[in-house]
Amino acid sequence: MTVESTAARKPRRSAGGKASTTGTKRTTRTTAKKGSETQLVQLLTPEGKRVKNAADAEYASYVDGITADELRALYRDMVLTRRFDAEATSLQRQGELGLWASLLGQEAAQIGSGRATREDDYVFPTYREHGVAWCRGVDPTNLLGMFRGVNNGGWDPNGNNFHLYTIVIGSQALHATGYAMGVAKDGADSAVIAYFGDGASSQGDVSEAFNFAAVYNAPVVFFCQNNQWAISESNEKQTRVPLYQRAQGFGFPGVRVDGNDVLASLAVTRWALDRARRGEGPALIEAFTYRMGAHTTSDDPSRYRHDDERAAWEAKDPILRLRRHLEADGHADEAFFGELEAESEALGRRVREVVRAMPDPDRFAVFENVYADGHALVDEERAQFAAYQASFADSEGV
Amino acid sequence: MSQTVKNLALAKAINESLRRALETDPKVLVMGEDVGKLGGVFRVTDGLHKDFGEDRVIDTPLAESGIVGTAIGLALRGYRPVVEIQFDGFVFPAYDQIVTQLAKMHARSLGRVKLPVVIRIPYGGGIGAVEHHSESPEALFAHVAGLKVVSPSNASDAYWMLQQAIQSDDPVIFFEPKRRYWDKGEVDTEAIPGPLHTARVVREGTDLTLAAYGPMVKLCREVADAAAEEGRSLEVLDLRSVSPLDFDAVQASVEKTGRLVVVHEAPVFFGSGAEIAARITERCFYHLEAPVLRVGGYHAPYPPARLEEEYLPDLDRVLDAVDRSLAY
Repeated sequence: MTVESTAARKPRRSAGGKASTTGTKRTTRTTAKKGSETQLVQLLTPEGKRVKNAADAEYASYVDGITADELRALYRDMVLTRRFDAEATSLQRQGELGLWASLLGQEAAQIGSGRATREDDYVFPTYREHGVAWCRGVDPTNLLGMFRGVNNGGWDPNGNNFHLYTIVIGSQALHATGYAMGVAKDGADSAVIAYFGDGASSQGDVSEAFNFAAVYNAPVVFFCQNNQWAISESNEKQTRVPLYQRAQGFGFPGVRVDGNDVLASLAVTRWALDRARRGEGPALIEAFTYRMGAHTTSDDPSRYRHDDERAAWEAKDPILRLRRHLEADGHADEAFFGELEAESEALGRRVREVVRAMPDPDRFAVFENVYADGHALVDEERAQFAAYQASFADSEGV
Repeated sequence: MSQTVKNLALAKAINESLRRALETDPKVLVMGEDVGKLGGVFRVTDGLHKDFGEDRVIDTPLAESGIVGTAIGLALRGYRPVVEIQFDGFVFPAYDQIVTQLAKMHARSLGRVKLPVVIRIPYGGGIGAVEHHSESPEALFAHVAGLKVVSPSNASDAYWMLQQAIQSDDPVIFFEPKRRYWDKGEVDTEAIPGPLHTARVVREGTDLTLAAYGPMVKLCREVADAAAEEGRSLEVLDLRSVSPLDFDAVQASVEKTGRLVVVHEAPVFFGSGAEIAARITERCFYHLEAPVLRVGGYHAPYPPARLEEEYLPDLDRVLDAVDRSLAY
């Protein structure tokens, strides 16, 4: 287990100089508690070297037998996801999308955790889980409808056990927990994984989800991508303790993993899903990563963070790190990288073409699916809208 | 009395309805605070925990957002959760989940996902309770597309409307008139019910229409009795459903009487009465002999119990509105 420097903790304020009734002097604690050093599970260094650490042996055992093919597949996933993400950002800049939330920098956390899931597991994402969607087999172009404004969720959640993107921060943690309670009631051995970020950790719903999951021993894994920034607010504005340590207070394990290390993300998520399936309840994974880009295409990070911070994280790039590892071990040659480059470009082209051809929805779609069993007012307003639309036909002589 | 007809208090009718739902559909769950061994603070779930077990009658942590949020997840898994919110004023921690998720997920999914969740809320005043225990927030839910909002006024409707709400594939906010929990009425557990979202004429009349739902229906019947002694014939309409609202039934009645007074406990300002007044004015403009009048709560926080009689619509306040309408 590698130990990162513990964030400096502010001393607590003393009790305001009030005289103690017992007459004993109260002392102000200024030192961090023993055992509060932050852990970080890392299996692949930024230089691409495998870390063998006795403390992480249990996690490492989940990827011990990983083959060169599997490593190349993880690399391919990350490269294609990044290419798709870049294309979407470009499409927003070209006016084809109204907004895009980039996952740049978070590929390892998403591909590692996404590839740890089983087909019958269920995933509850935020709006940034494009890499997880990729792992679940959701066509990436289906993710773009909501960002283009043609729908609010364009895929069948039950088609790939990948729920719709949830925009309200942290709400889906409760949905995942409820779903997991249902899995347990059904006696199934699948598991559920809820994604959220460091900002969401401040939401009451996330704490309620932790507590419900613990109380009902629900088979749910909470996967927090701590990308250091909740739009403009740093971790310091969200928490006084490392996020993974919150789990302890709720009664389940929490682990901080190097979120830029795809191997460690895969291993730790496999571990957590596995114990959930065995009936051992929830776990919290804090994937320590970095949002390399803006929060969304509407954001301007230059107003709140320095370029040198980004540069430091670039050195820990998840894709570069696995490439170094593949090359050092002779697992991938120029032909592999060349073919992948061509595949990436083809994906970018396809995404571009599909988005540009994406039609606007029918104007009557407003009234569709408001209710499953219908509603008299919706019917009435649809009819009024139709009559209003029809009134133009006469004036236009159609 | 046939064997299938029982004389039940409204709370007991809901209890029997829940029992029937639990018996007939293994996917139905009851969840909420104190709904287990205690049987709920109003004993509405009495005995269900004992007979169906904690796997189906679930005592939850005290967190309303958590209750509704996990109910959504359970519904996504194929369950039909019936959630109890302990009191009207405690629903607001769950308001975000109800409005942003429960109401919109079906549309968001282009119809692929259904959320058959019922949220039972004892509501309204008249029981001398402390703050947050007497409110009528139905308009806050009726305003949200994707939700259905109903409120029974009697034991039979409580039984059957809850059956229908549980069978509905849409989320239904089920407002229970807590001050009528102990009112008894006949419930025929085999009678084929009418549609959930239709109003019912509970007393025919010719001079004026009183429209109400939930706890105010009983009051309106009393008003009609009192008015009859003065030679006035009032029609009483039990709306039963607030969203959708059976405007056809209101229109039919107003076309006959020419006058309408809407009564609810909720504040008048932006209340359901405002919507009814606007739509009925539009539909019945040439039939109306007087403007649509409303009787309800004031634009003030629900008052301390010693003042609630001043705040709540009562016989005299409704009769006063009837007089004003008839004076036009």
